[in-house]
Amino acid sequence: MRKKALTLFSDGYLFRKENTLYFENVNGKKPLAIEGIYDIYIYGKVSISSQALHFLAQKGIALHFFNHYGYYDGSFYPRESLHSGDLVVKQAEHYLNPEKRLNLAKLFVIGGAKNIEKNLSKFGVKVKFDDFLEELNDAEKITEVMNIEGRMREEYYKFWDETLPDEFKIIKRTRRPPQNEMNALISFLNSRLYPTIISELYNTQLTPTISYLHEPSERRFSLALDLSEIFKPIIADRIANRLVKQRIIKKEHFRDDLNGVLLNDDGKKIVLRAFNEEMEKSVKHPTLKKNVTKKRLIRLEAYKLIKHLTGQKEYEPLIAWF
Amino acid sequence: MEPEYLEKELLIRGTEINYLFICKTKLWYFAKGITMEQESDFVDLGKFLHEKSYFGEEKEVQIGTINIDFIKRKNIIEIHEVKKGKSMEKAHEIQALYYLYYLKRYGIEAKAILNYPKLREIKEIILDGREGEVEGAIKEVEKIKSMPNPPKPKKSKICKKCSYYELCWI
Repeated sequence: MRKKALTLFSDGYLFRKENTLYFENVNGKKPLAIEGIYDIYIYGKVSISSQALHFLAQKGIALHFFNHYGYYDGSFYPRESLHSGDLVVKQAEHYLNPEKRLNLAKLFVIGGAKNIEKNLSKFGVKVKFDDFLEELNDAEKITEVMNIEGRMREEYYKFWDETLPDEFKIIKRTRRPPQNEMNALISFLNSRLYPTIISELYNTQLTPTISYLHEPSERRFSLALDLSEIFKPIIADRIANRLVKQRIIKKEHFRDDLNGVLLNDDGKKIVLRAFNEEMEKSVKHPTLKKNVTKKRLIRLEAYKLIKHLTGQKEYEPLIAWF
Repeated sequence: MEPEYLEKELLIRGTEINYLFICKTKLWYFAKGITMEQESDFVDLGKFLHEKSYFGEEKEVQIGTINIDFIKRKNIIEIHEVKKGKSMEKAHEIQALYYLYYLKRYGIEAKAILNYPKLREIKEIILDGREGEVEGAIKEVEKIKSMPNPPKPKKSKICKKCSYYELCWI
């Protein structure tokens, strides 16, 4: 049985009774099949019993919480069960060695850049980021790599805007608060993607706090930020693009707030459904020669990192072939 | 009385000896704590089979680094290992021999029985005269564990069923 992400959108109570997990809300009490749950995403106002948390910890299920605006707040990350001292040492070694760190940092940005190029070509814009990639090649410091990444992203939004309907142009990327609809949509999706990557890392021996492009102090699970460079374009941006161009998400799904423009509840539900469906979609993997879900691609990226760190094979970032 | 110490402690686990005859890459990753068992349906099946069989025996007996499925005390101690099928027979055998070798160093004379409940078969293993095989395997395992990088994986027909498949071939 393939385990799936569980999203709790409504307000309610999550508890355990004997060996069953229940969610109770105004519509009644519903048992949840624990063996089918991969991780849990909580958007509503949910009370949780400590017994439910014990049960989830025992099953190795992470819970991710989002605030009123739909932004990621934090996770209940059960005591880690997968340990490898050797791998932690190697992860740290690759951080402490400036050359090894720079190499990995660049690879994350190169992956992001190529996936952005691929997106633009899918959106009907033919553009190559060769100049950026060349600059990246010569970069000698992490700060330079970050700077190139930032400028490239600005270019990306400019080109992407050419294909977006007027009322959904990005114009300028603004966060917390987003100043317009497209910014709100992208932020919401990125907020959902980040803990998905955290969940995948939880299921490997990688330590999520040691990262290469981002500073380990930037956020608790900064390795998830590194991997998100690869996956933001091919997951979040593509969903956002499709939702507005197919007019599934409309102006009416947003509201103005003191905190900028935000998705309303209907809007959030539509986006979450699209996100969950997207993650379960399969693509044929060219080297593994089998179908893997989009979500699994994140795990495979973590495996590639493990192979790089253990000296089995140089890391090559995922470039979307789909 | 002077306590007795082993000349050299055996730190290798039974699974590691077993993996030597299955896949050296898997052995290296496993030894370094990079395990995949949590997601394997086959491992779940193995655990289920084990839980539901052999009631009334002493199960999961941990002695040092080895973990014996169950033990029967007859005129000679019998250590039992439960396995699903015979495709990895050589690996099962060397694991059993290692357990016997391990116990012998503590002065415990025993014989091993490999149980194949699905096939309704058993196989008896005794150590006598096969110490050299075990010692060779121990040396080989230690050599692989001391390698800085994992051995390159070799593609074989068992890869498809292995929980390390994606890690090896991505």
